[in-house]
Amino acid sequence: MKEASALIPVTAEKAIIAKIEHEAHTSINHCYQCGKCSAGCPVAFAMDYPPRQIIRLLQLDLVDEALRADSIWICASCETCSARCPRNVDIASLMDALRREALAEGLVTDKKVAAFNEGFLGGVKRFGRSFEAGILLYHNLKTGQLFKDMELGLPMMKRGKIELMPHRIKGSQEVQAIFERTAQMGGE
Amino acid sequence: MEIAYYPGCSGSGSGVEYKLSTLKTAEMLGVKLRELEDWNCCGATSAHNTNKLLSLSLPARNLAIMEKMNLDTLLAPCAACYNRHRAVEVEAKADQALRDKIQEAIAMEFSAQTTTVSVLEWLVRDVGIEAIQKKVSKSLKGMKAACYYGCLLVRPVAHTGFDDTEDPSSMDQIMTALGARTVEWPYKTECCGAALATSRPDIGSRMIYEVIRNARAAGAECIITACPLCMLNLDMRQAKVEKAMGVKLDMPVYYITEMVALAGGYSPQEIGITRHFVDAISYLHSLPEKAAALAAEEEAKKPQKAARAAASPAAEKADGEEQSPADQEATQKKIEAMLKGIQKNPEKMAARIIADPERAQILAELMAQDEKKSLKIAELMVTDKDKATKVADAFVTGELKKRQKA
Repeated sequence: MKEASALIPVTAEKAIIAKIEHEAHTSINHCYQCGKCSAGCPVAFAMDYPPRQIIRLLQLDLVDEALRADSIWICASCETCSARCPRNVDIASLMDALRREALAEGLVTDKKVAAFNEGFLGGVKRFGRSFEAGILLYHNLKTGQLFKDMELGLPMMKRGKIELMPHRIKGSQEVQAIFERTAQMGGE
Repeated sequence: MEIAYYPGCSGSGSGVEYKLSTLKTAEMLGVKLRELEDWNCCGATSAHNTNKLLSLSLPARNLAIMEKMNLDTLLAPCAACYNRHRAVEVEAKADQALRDKIQEAIAMEFSAQTTTVSVLEWLVRDVGIEAIQKKVSKSLKGMKAACYYGCLLVRPVAHTGFDDTEDPSSMDQIMTALGARTVEWPYKTECCGAALATSRPDIGSRMIYEVIRNARAAGAECIITACPLCMLNLDMRQAKVEKAMGVKLDMPVYYITEMVALAGGYSPQEIGITRHFVDAISYLHSLPEKAAALAAEEEAKKPQKAARAAASPAAEKADGEEQSPADQEATQKKIEAMLKGIQKNPEKMAARIIADPERAQILAELMAQDEKKSLKIAELMVTDKDKATKVADAFVTGELKKRQKA
């Protein structure tokens, strides 16, 4: 074993890739770069590296490049890529694992998506349920777009489609504890 | 039938009509829905983007509550809620160590033995199309709909597995049972962009636009969805998308449960159709007129058909739709017999189709080499002889051109 590891030095990049593959329950080495994932990806048009290239970056140990890609934040988690991959690479799970790694390392390039997630989960942690008006407000404040979607507020209210106050569930403490424990347990 | 019900956070906000219509649909079908006690948010995409164990533990708390309530099936109409609850069921069932970790995180007993179903699974598999059809008192005849499944109802395959991932049909079956016509269209499982419409409207708007544009291009007059986020994007944001893309779309969007409840006799008001952003009422009002036009069209076809049937009994059968299964079988048998005849003696059959002996010889050669071509000819010989001659002629002309080039 010692000899083998001497032949292929375990670099920091390799260690992160192994962690990401482990979390995603998939192997990037199965990918033979056919491009079916990118062909079917509904957001590839807006990506800097389409899904196939994200995997290529990882195959070439260019982890930093992959973690800084806009693509991982543009991915909508629709799972078309994973469903169609002829080599059973779970690309959607890889994207998930990459987002979590980028968050952990403070490498988030697309702050808007991360701000949305933060606002969403913040409400869940406090009240036990997500609170739509709160998410929008938080998102606008956090991204400096104060009046974004403001024109929707009144029509939504008129249609009885927006709760003005969050609903706090009885077990909100339990939910808060789930957030704390899963953070302590490292998320895996 | 009594099952657990998880309305999800949007049920009391943007997706209020989904909740209203789901409750009415259940009432109409005689299913008792028991709302999960003190349920929490499933965490949706934001949780699995942030912390995997959190994304499994949030829905696991709900499922643990359901186990305490002694129920084994959970109806989660929202596609994202369905997806997240299903994910933890599947993953924790397969992995004991993971289940232990989740139990520790939620500090509750959790066996992972429950089954979460989507509205489509519930209606088609558990309730059944026939039972739905029996309750139709106000048919949706005249409606032409694009059934939009989106992403999370059919993916990931390992979790859902109830309908075809690439070409699902369960929603189309329901709509057909309600009296509507549905269109074939390429975007039925494309993503609407989900939260991108909020976080990155530059990208989200284009995705929404493509879905609506494709439905329209396929001839649909409305879109049916089973997901509150798809509804939010396609309906509430449609005006914004129209502005961004500089086009008018005017596409009404409905929940599948609204359609079932409507056909069951509930008024648009009670089930919330009056709360949509894009006018969804005018189209419903136009249905009787469209249905009448359809009926008139069918009526007008009848004498033509009768005339054709008198001239050639086979031509009548070619009309497809109205054929009974027995007739279809008979036609199929005739086609098979015809195909055998072609394969046995292509020259003889070719001579029957094309008069010119030289061209008939080429057709015979083509049919001998190419099974697809002989099948096509056999089908047409049974159903429409004039067309068979035309197609055969085209085959020969094509072949002659090919030979000239070579």
